[in-house]
Amino acid sequence: MNLKIALFGIAREIVGQPSLEVSAPEGQSVQTLLAGLREQYPALSRLSSLAVAVNNEYAEDDTTLSERDEIALIPPVSGG
Amino acid sequence: MIHIDLIDQPIDVAATLRTVEDDGAGAINTFIGAVRNKSTGRPVVRLEYEAYDSMALHQLRKVAEQAVEQWPMLKKVTVIHRKGTLYIGDVAVVVAVSTPHRAESFAACQYIIDTLKQVVTIWKKEFYEDGDVWVAAHP
Repeated sequence: MNLKIALFGIAREIVGQPSLEVSAPEGQSVQTLLAGLREQYPALSRLSSLAVAVNNEYAEDDTTLSERDEIALIPPVSGG
Repeated sequence: MIHIDLIDQPIDVAATLRTVEDDGAGAINTFIGAVRNKSTGRPVVRLEYEAYDSMALHQLRKVAEQAVEQWPMLKKVTVIHRKGTLYIGDVAVVVAVSTPHRAESFAACQYIIDTLKQVVTIWKKEFYEDGDVWVAAHP
């Protein structure tokens, strides 16, 4: 399956584009997706934190992803 | 009774306060976050706020709902966050709450701004004379 991942803030700058398409096996977990992205973009590992959002909610490591999900990479937030 | 917004125009603070007026509220408490001229000793020229809009609005509403759960006497809650380019003194966020008595208004207002800063998907980049930094990105 193909996962489309929205990127924001410093994560968007590290990757160099506002979204990313990743091909992944069915049932891919958040944890595995993150590990792959960190390997491809080592600067992501130097962030204070890096979360994944699925359908506007913070996802757990073992959440499984599907093509229909709205997925985003969430670097440390700094609103306010 | 919960009003949430994310806008790219200046926040009208007076109009925001009017949204929480309530005949049963003896207390209106407001937090106004403004752009400071320095960050860790470095003069700041401007800030740029970026948001993941749909999630930010969803999470802001959740934070406000959690406050109402914790302080059921809350009459009205309004949270407005700005995005885009802001300069020194510009208002970045307004949290306004109303309650019958003052103690809960302070507690609820502080809970909302503190939790917003932890979970709401908004990012700010500080621009200095000689560079820029995404706030809180690195340890």
